[in-house]
Amino acid sequence: MSILHTVNKSPFEKQSLSSCVAHASHGDAVLMIEDAVYGAVSGTAAAAQLEENKNISIYALGPDLNARGLGEAKLAEGVNVVDYNGFVELAVEHDKTQSWL
Amino acid sequence: MNDMADTGEQTIKKFLYVNRKAPYGTIYALESLEVVLIGAAFEQDVSLAFLDDGVFQLMKGQDTADIGVKNFSPTYRALGDFEVTKLFVEKESLEERGLSEDDLMEITYEDEDDDWEEKPSIHLVNRSELAAVMAEQDVILSF
Repeated sequence: MSILHTVNKSPFEKQSLSSCVAHASHGDAVLMIEDAVYGAVSGTAAAAQLEENKNISIYALGPDLNARGLGEAKLAEGVNVVDYNGFVELAVEHDKTQSWL
Repeated sequence: MNDMADTGEQTIKKFLYVNRKAPYGTIYALESLEVVLIGAAFEQDVSLAFLDDGVFQLMKGQDTADIGVKNFSPTYRALGDFEVTKLFVEKESLEERGLSEDDLMEITYEDEDDDWEEKPSIHLVNRSELAAVMAEQDVILSF
């Protein structure tokens, strides 16, 4: 029973991303959307937490990255970029979704 | 402010707009920009501060085509035409977010007191320098 976790708040303003990652289980996916995509930038405390958790897959929504001027070169290792279709696929692949608001 | 109404003479005050929110996720950044543009008509001494997630507002290369929201980032580069020429960006906020000045848009203005020479509007300041900027203001508006 795997979960797709979505997070939409900046990790520098709210604890949502950190709490989400701390509660995600093996086989779960974490998808950063809206202001949460700032958590995908390499060299930050938020990215370090993502990188050290090898049990979960990490995704960021491309259109939200582009809107904020975050190119692939700025992203932390292990962050997979998906488009809206990829978002839907993730929702289908997992048994349920949990939104960290 | 009463002085202005009574005498008709200009009382110039120091206004600081404090920007602490990322663009697009909430409406704060756009609202701030709109108020700055409206306020520019009153010919006050205006400064803008960008700290915490506010530094994200100035990221270069923003492209909102796929999120259905207007990209208002080019407007920051037009601020110089409204005589808004002092944008203070906090260094620590950039560093905590894995960013440097190179990640920000180039924003300049033409200095009318210096033969219209093009000068940078963005000033990188550290936390204590920004505190000093805040301390010298007459009015602070927070977003």
